[in-house]
Amino acid sequence: MEHLVRRRYWWFAFSLLVILPGLYMLFLHPLITTGQFAIGLRPSIDFAGGALWELRFPDTTPESLTTDRIAQAFAVGGFENAQVQLSPTTVDGRTVAAALVRTRPLSESDPNSEIEAVMKALTDAFGTVTRERLESVGPTVSAESTRSAVIAVLGASLVILLYLTWAFRKAPHPVRYGVCALISMLHDVLVVLGIAAILGVAIGLEVDALFLTALLTTLSFSVHDTIVVFDRIRENLLNRHPAETFDDIVNHSLVQTLPRSINTQLTTFFTLTALLLFGGDTIRNFVLMLLIGLISGTYSSIFNAAQLLVVWEHREWRNWFGRGRRDEAAQAV
Amino acid sequence: MQNRNLSALILIIVVTGLALAVNFAPNNNFLGRDVSVRLGLDLQGGIQVLLRSADPNATPEQIATAAGVIEQRVNALGVGETVVQRAGNDRIIVELPGVANPEQAIETLRGTGRLEFIDSQGQYLADGAIVRTSSSPNPPQLLESGTVTDVNSLGPIYQSITDGADLDTSAVQPTFSQGGALGSRPAVSFAFRGESARRLASFTAANVGRPMCIVLDNVVVSCPVINAALTDGSGVIEVTTEAERNQIFNKLKYGALPVPLVIETSRTVTATLGQESVAASIVAGIIGLSVVAIFMILFYRGPGLIATLALLIYTVISFAIYRLIPVTLTLPGIAGFILSIGLAVDANVLIFARLREEYRRGRDIRNALELGFVESWPAIRDSSVSTLITSIVLFMFGNSFGVSLIKGFALTLGLGIVISLFTAVIVTRTFLRVVLPLFSDERAWWFGVDRRETAPAATAAS
Repeated sequence: MEHLVRRRYWWFAFSLLVILPGLYMLFLHPLITTGQFAIGLRPSIDFAGGALWELRFPDTTPESLTTDRIAQAFAVGGFENAQVQLSPTTVDGRTVAAALVRTRPLSESDPNSEIEAVMKALTDAFGTVTRERLESVGPTVSAESTRSAVIAVLGASLVILLYLTWAFRKAPHPVRYGVCALISMLHDVLVVLGIAAILGVAIGLEVDALFLTALLTTLSFSVHDTIVVFDRIRENLLNRHPAETFDDIVNHSLVQTLPRSINTQLTTFFTLTALLLFGGDTIRNFVLMLLIGLISGTYSSIFNAAQLLVVWEHREWRNWFGRGRRDEAAQAV
Repeated sequence: MQNRNLSALILIIVVTGLALAVNFAPNNNFLGRDVSVRLGLDLQGGIQVLLRSADPNATPEQIATAAGVIEQRVNALGVGETVVQRAGNDRIIVELPGVANPEQAIETLRGTGRLEFIDSQGQYLADGAIVRTSSSPNPPQLLESGTVTDVNSLGPIYQSITDGADLDTSAVQPTFSQGGALGSRPAVSFAFRGESARRLASFTAANVGRPMCIVLDNVVVSCPVINAALTDGSGVIEVTTEAERNQIFNKLKYGALPVPLVIETSRTVTATLGQESVAASIVAGIIGLSVVAIFMILFYRGPGLIATLALLIYTVISFAIYRLIPVTLTLPGIAGFILSIGLAVDANVLIFARLREEYRRGRDIRNALELGFVESWPAIRDSSVSTLITSIVLFMFGNSFGVSLIKGFALTLGLGIVISLFTAVIVTRTFLRVVLPLFSDERAWWFGVDRRETAPAATAAS
């Protein structure tokens, strides 16, 4: 337990191990597969515009329902290139065939006749079809949403950073705390975005308004945890024994806050897991992202933020690139 | 000391009692206030649309007038908990929960309500046909495709006899037409004022025996034959069904919209899907709460039990506040609440961990308890503030988005932070103080503290 600080480069290496595949999927993968620069996230209709139809087919057996047949019915109804995903659900203990279909947005001036055309084509092909959910987002709105999303993330980060610098104004080097908290926040953002990019390819996870909410909540949880650790370091620094090194103080502050970090992590983990398992399909991806962000936030507060303070205290970056050469020089002498 | 405990205890009992009274108020009526739980569109079904002016040059005043007209039309529907709200410069958000045919309802609401009589040059135009008129030559229905290069290809422009702005809305009434070839039929009476009334009178006087078409929002309603001159500018519009009549009545009654509106974004959820979501979240909430309670009791024993009690009080107060404000509960809103359970416990975990630590350092239980509260306060305060900042940003962001889902999450999370400060700090502290006289070193196990281990801090420092 006393070696939490000594092993700091192991913790950083583990973070990189998680982040690098995500970064690959975020930036390099789209470049390699399509030859064009793009962000490797699948935007939902909230950000890309379009319509999402959730349909149930009570007259059709789940086995006989295929994506091609549904896409064909949509084409007949006037929506070419519909992307269909089958999602059978259980209603009253019986499996009901269901599907999520993504199409272009509905007409702005006369959506109802378009809906009628699609429903007629579907009914002709499958018998009774019920429309459980239909969302349509126009292109202007989605562009504005993307813009306000970026503003929200940057705005929240900035305000939190300012508050943190203010809260730690009495500790030596208050800016360091703010910057280290910011780096660990960045770490969590990269973890969540990277995993979202990987899941986007693996299971077709889409980035929607709720994903963004999960990302912002991750930010706040990350800072929440970092503050608890930093607060202990601040307190121990103020009551410092002359013999204690900075490393010792950070280390035993971490050991002291560890039970709390783990217990809080566990309680939130329990509630979120309950939501994930029982909370219904609509918010499943949202809760999954919250859970990943939460774990990453706790990890980064203990294993990144506090460790970075130590790195900064010793200004270790001076040794990162120069060390090898100096060792050679020492041997030569 | 004793006095402080007593008054804190009374405060807790009063607040909890009030919260219970709100939650279990008969007929959901608390002191004359409706305190029923409001469910969002995703939980009870309904529609949310974002309407935008079809005319990019519309003034803010026109949008405000349009929002006012739509609000009156919405109120006439008689549906509860509706929302009509302006968003940004040129948008209006409309939410209709629990409507049977939401898309149709929205169509009626956004109908411009511009009633015109046109000179159809002696032709009978088909009912439902979209026509161009001299006062509205480019209806949005025809310009939709965006590929129109030559506006003349859209068809002839018919001369408007009346102007929708001259309609006397006080004369618009549902009625039944008398007699005629088809007997008594549902109808809407109308009357024009001023110039339009005079033009209608002179046109009908000159064209008796010829058809004249009634056009509402560029759609032909009917083309009756003029039997006699409408000298006072008033008459009736005959339709086939009462539903049709009610639609036309609703469009005309509260005046015409100053600008045509298009549906930019719409979200519809059926009541079935909503009910399934409600059931799922209740199960998730109960399981989450129970697991947390079991964990806290196993790990912290006595204090864990007190924390669980505080958590129950937290839940009761939260729901009472949701009912009082009222907060519209959405699926993410419930997720926000369940997440805030974790945060509410966090403050207790911080305090209990500190209490254990101080006790192990050899302090007596009373000192350890007070120190536990004092020392853990800065961490609780700072972390609460940072989460509060995020929920405020999310709330503002959700506002600019026009997505009530995000606002719901931000609101329940933010309220959760504030309420949990009360329960974690005041409720837990008071309860712990009250049970403190029961403490003795032999019963230390029940309080989840012991002195067997030396403090880790001491090891690290030595």
